[in-house]
Amino acid sequence: MAVSSDIPETECWFHRNQQRIAPWLFLAPGILFFAVYVIAPVFQSFNLSLYEWDGLGEKTYVGMRNYEDLYWEYVDRDAFFTSLKNNVMWLFLYLLAIPAGLFIALFLNQTVRGIRLYKSLFFFPFVISQVVVGLVFTWFYDPSFGLLNTMLGWVGMGPINVLGNEHLVTYGIVAAGLWPQTAYCMILYLTGLNAVDPEQIEAGRLDGAKGWSMLWNIILPQLRPATFIAFVVTIIGALRSFDLISIMTQGGPFGSSRVLAYYMFEVALSEYGFRMGYGAAIAVVLFLIMLCFIAYFLWSMYREEKGH
Amino acid sequence: MLSKMKSTAAAVAVASAFAVPASAELTGDLSIFLDTSNPAPRATMEAMIDRFKAEHPGLNVETTVIDREAYKTQIRNFLTANAPDVATWYAANRMRPYVEAGLFEDVSDLYAEPAMAEGLASTKGALTIDDKQWGVAYTYYQWGVYYRKDIFAELGLSEPTNWDEEKANCGKIVASGRACYTIGTKYLWTAGGWFDYLNMRTNGFDFHMDLAAGNVSWEDERVKATFMNWKELIDMGGFIADHQTYSWQEALPFMVKGEAAAYLMGNFAVAPLREAGLTDDQLDFYQFPTINPNVALSEDAPTDTFHIPANAKNKEAAREFLRFATSPAEQTIINNGKNLGQLPVNAASAVDDDKFLQMGFEMLSNNSTGGVAQFWDRDAPAEMAKVSMEGFQEFMVKPDQLDKILAKLERARGRIYK
Repeated sequence: MAVSSDIPETECWFHRNQQRIAPWLFLAPGILFFAVYVIAPVFQSFNLSLYEWDGLGEKTYVGMRNYEDLYWEYVDRDAFFTSLKNNVMWLFLYLLAIPAGLFIALFLNQTVRGIRLYKSLFFFPFVISQVVVGLVFTWFYDPSFGLLNTMLGWVGMGPINVLGNEHLVTYGIVAAGLWPQTAYCMILYLTGLNAVDPEQIEAGRLDGAKGWSMLWNIILPQLRPATFIAFVVTIIGALRSFDLISIMTQGGPFGSSRVLAYYMFEVALSEYGFRMGYGAAIAVVLFLIMLCFIAYFLWSMYREEKGH
Repeated sequence: MLSKMKSTAAAVAVASAFAVPASAELTGDLSIFLDTSNPAPRATMEAMIDRFKAEHPGLNVETTVIDREAYKTQIRNFLTANAPDVATWYAANRMRPYVEAGLFEDVSDLYAEPAMAEGLASTKGALTIDDKQWGVAYTYYQWGVYYRKDIFAELGLSEPTNWDEEKANCGKIVASGRACYTIGTKYLWTAGGWFDYLNMRTNGFDFHMDLAAGNVSWEDERVKATFMNWKELIDMGGFIADHQTYSWQEALPFMVKGEAAAYLMGNFAVAPLREAGLTDDQLDFYQFPTINPNVALSEDAPTDTFHIPANAKNKEAAREFLRFATSPAEQTIINNGKNLGQLPVNAASAVDDDKFLQMGFEMLSNNSTGGVAQFWDRDAPAEMAKVSMEGFQEFMVKPDQLDKILAKLERARGRIYK
């Protein structure tokens, strides 16, 4: 009888499985919120995109009609085509923040008097709100009193209305977006540079590496984690570009600076928007584009983990 | 649970409505949501609500002022989720989605009361959908051409009454190195005002309303004629450059500095123009000139309104507030020059002796026989308004693209009106 009390048969199920359960318990709140606020809305959006609904009255099931409309808007080079095109432009141009951030980081990665002040000044645009960035650039581009046109005047070039020209407007807004994004990438690289192994640099130098080849062969490989994160945040930043467009142009002139996120807001939630189903269909398209990148990120992280 | 609470509340409201005669003291809470967020209208509204409180000490009135632009999107949420007892909004098609969704209370009973029936006859039509009234107007204002009298005098011009005079005037203004009109189309609706006037003057009020209701093709020759008249002014250099980047406020300095001679706007533009230093000797007003002499003149006169949400809890007090706000005395006070500076909706109230209000009142009462429109984005359905105003903006920048723009609007018409 005394023996049986030593055998852990009285231990409850929880104690026996503690090791396996504990991680799930810790994950539970996260999983719960992720499921309720991220996963479920994804499926809700899919579902809503099959309906026509003004957000107030009854929903009517319309099947794939909303997607068909999107397709025709694409073929007719209408609003959806413009938004998609601008999204692609944002994706590519926004990536300029990565090399720009890297070079500023390399430039600032030295020990001179007051370097902390310079670093903070370069980091400043990331700290201020996107709304302020948008306003500052709107005034900068203003055709009547903007600094840009004043400066162009000095070199004898005619005034240009960046935000009023349907060909220039997206470049203008992306330039505004690059300002804080470059600062963000710079900070990522500055922390990355702290972790660069001085012995490897020393070894490289002995082998005759200098300048570009030093950067390319010795420094950059060690900065891979920083580059990866910079890539992720920049892609995500480009795809959710909304605030700058809303502040600087409201999607104008005549809708030529819209991106998918803004177009979705416009048709579903703005002053004149009552097409919830259509907005949901745009959201689904945006989600599918993001999914490509998410899948790539997850895959490369998985590969990384396996490598170690 | 929620629906149970709602039905209890409704039952209480109904019970109190039957139990308490209308003249008795009002009690309970009255929550009012306002979109009058600009300083002057806000003060006017708050003062009016204070006077209402003084008349009904037993009532606990709670006022919430929401930013005018944010209000336009928030109204959908609060009408369904957390309805106030009184809410501001706009007349005509702008209220249709909420009327059709059953979110506004039918207040036809108020219009059946003799005092209201007589006083509010002029705005009754704008608040009628399906032969029922869904709210009351509390103010309206005229649109028209506000111009620099001193510039006109300098160039020897007089107020134009027809399209040829208008073009001749504009030619001389452009030749003097100015633009005829300032405008800021960044937020699109200002271009809607121009379309309203040009189309009403070219094709008449009924055609304009048919177009807003989706009964006429955008590729119709008559619509094209409207745009051709517009194009004459654009090609002449009649509008300021880069207007697509300015808001209506940002377009004001061009007129103040004398770089543009006139502004087609609502009467609310007068206050900022005066604040910017223009005196009444420099600033004057004329009715948009005749284009087609065979159509009667009609005007834009947007009306701002009060509604009772269907989910309101204290509808008895809300009705009393609507009666109060539209009473002749209150209408005279809130619309006078020191307050809103607009036109009163009650026929028994007095119009302020401000010269622009007097001219506007005179114009709308006697010289707008064709009809009174609300405004393009209130008369046309929201989606069509958005798409078309974007088209108007594009047309003003690239007038040669007209056919492409009209084809796009025609496609939108096929989709939007079913």
